Amino acid sequence: MYKYVIRRLLQMIPVLIGATFIIFYMVFSMPGDPTAGMCGDRGCSPAFVAQFREEHNLDDPFPLQYAKYLGNVVQGDLGTNFRNQSVGFELEQRYPITAKLALMAIAFEAVIGIIAGVLAGVRKGKFIDNLVLVSTLVVISIPVFVIGSVLQYYLGVKMGGQIFPVTYDSARPLQSLILPAFVLGSASIAYVARLTRTNLVENLRADYLRTAIAKGLTRSRAIGVHALRNSLIPVVTFIGADFGGLLGGAIVTERIFNIPGVGGFLFTGIRNHDGVSVVGTVTVLVLVFLLVNLLVDLLYGVLDPRISHD
Amino acid sequence: MTTDTQTRKSETPATSQYKPVDGLLLEVEDLRVEFHTEDGVAKAINGVNFDLHEGETLAILGESGSGKSVTAQAIMGILDMPPAVIPGGQIRYCGQDLLTMPEEQRRKTRGPEISMVFQDALSSLNPVFPVGWQIAEMFRKHRGMNKSDSLERAVKLMQRVQIPAAKERVKAYPHQFSGGMRQRIMIAMAIALDPAVLIADEPTTALDVTVQAQIMSLLQELQEERQMGLILITHDLGVVADVADKIAVMYAGRIVERADVFDLYRQPAHPYTKGLLESIPRLDQKGQQLAAIGGLPPNLMRIPAGCAFNPRCRYAQDICREERPELLTVAPGRESACHFAEEVLHG
Repeated sequence: MYKYVIRRLLQMIPVLIGATFIIFYMVFSMPGDPTAGMCGDRGCSPAFVAQFREEHNLDDPFPLQYAKYLGNVVQGDLGTNFRNQSVGFELEQRYPITAKLALMAIAFEAVIGIIAGVLAGVRKGKFIDNLVLVSTLVVISIPVFVIGSVLQYYLGVKMGGQIFPVTYDSARPLQSLILPAFVLGSASIAYVARLTRTNLVENLRADYLRTAIAKGLTRSRAIGVHALRNSLIPVVTFIGADFGGLLGGAIVTERIFNIPGVGGFLFTGIRNHDGVSVVGTVTVLVLVFLLVNLLVDLLYGVLDPRISHD
Repeated sequence: MTTDTQTRKSETPATSQYKPVDGLLLEVEDLRVEFHTEDGVAKAINGVNFDLHEGETLAILGESGSGKSVTAQAIMGILDMPPAVIPGGQIRYCGQDLLTMPEEQRRKTRGPEISMVFQDALSSLNPVFPVGWQIAEMFRKHRGMNKSDSLERAVKLMQRVQIPAAKERVKAYPHQFSGGMRQRIMIAMAIALDPAVLIADEPTTALDVTVQAQIMSLLQELQEERQMGLILITHDLGVVADVADKIAVMYAGRIVERADVFDLYRQPAHPYTKGLLESIPRLDQKGQQLAAIGGLPPNLMRIPAGCAFNPRCRYAQDICREERPELLTVAPGRESACHFAEEVLHG
């Protein structure tokens, strides 16, 4: 078990270096000049451009640029971006908001998704089952920006923003994240509901469930403990992997609700050819994703004793 | 469900409200089971009758689709309904009809009164819970025992069914046991609450031969020790011979022959039984063609008129295609459902 964790942690090093290298190279090869839009209509003075390029090592050959950057990262300095913001500081400010949003979205997924899935699975073929199947299909097929804009209009704008603030309000941060979190998690809620339903239906036919009934257990215990415990193994795995993805920020949802999370920061960085912002952010996101995935894999071993990490 | 006084005691004596009269535990009377599917109605059991007494072992013998497992599941009350429908018959346990009993009352008979061991222990045990936990669940849910007391009882049961190092293995999971050990766990679970009736549905089919013998002798031992009524469902004539007192042979959802084990083996009274016995490979007939019963078991949606076995029967005459033979006494302690039972018995 410990060996497994250490091996997985060591494996992250090459993945991280590879990821930073690829992202750095992609930003490096983007066409256009970072100083192009900086000084308004008149364009920047050659002196400014020269100083800017010097400051950010832009005239160095690519390998040297990359090496200099990596050297700073190893020392814990994610660098200063083209707009003179410390990337480390920006992420510190923005990451908690993204993490809260992701956690709330996951809570919606787990609670609504699993309850809907269990109701549908237990009453397979009945009204509630069809209701869940149709509604999840609708949710899955509508793009998130449509769901986001529609809910923002009807639940936010139309209701005066009292219950659900229309955009992010730093005075009531948690309240303003409820609606965005639901929007962000909507597709996954549908997937979780369907995954739970399918697995439950399958496990209700399992031999061990017949044993549970033959043991004289009540139906609710046989289903709620014996079948559900087995059915939730793939669901938990899905939710875990989804959490890792959500922690990478939600560019669309953050823009709709004007949330100052990492997604927006990353988007601005890409638009400005700002290699330092993009690479710094992505490095952190990759690291978080890998760590969450490791946790999910460990959790999988706990949920399913047949999986061994030795 | 449970009272506080019960949870305090670890050795709660089970006081059953069911008392057998003259040792009679189970009476199955004219039991019928149908499966209603989209393709039609499959008549899986078409009027089965038998009794089971304390300390008695009844073997139900038959090939796949003969209705032996369905009979067991109907007694246990674990048929999926729908598609299964029980249009008629009675299953009386100590005089009370299980089929008309309220579900909650019937649920409480599963485990303490009637219990069952299944064929494939690996799939029949829950893969994500430790075996001890699964055995202990019987005590926790039926007797209201606490966690540690019930686990202690589980260890004792595992020792009783001869699982080595039971104390250490109580927390192990089903996949960490061998096939034979898993079946022992199933048996431990089934006998946990001292049931009066134990149904073993092909308990050794999934095991290799040496382990089969061990499991059968364990079942026999436990049955003698606790004077349980044992219903042994199998298609294996060899398994039956050592263990059973009485044998009921099923074909197409009916009992076609019933006899004591010795009589049946020595002198079958039904052509189907005779065919089964002849199809056992014998060492002294090595090299010769194996005697098999020609044809296939009938489709349960279209059971032949008259005697269901007539298309495959070498004794069949016109009467067999027209009139269904009843299960009648043909000799003392011998019953056969065949128009030509006398000829089969003496020929």
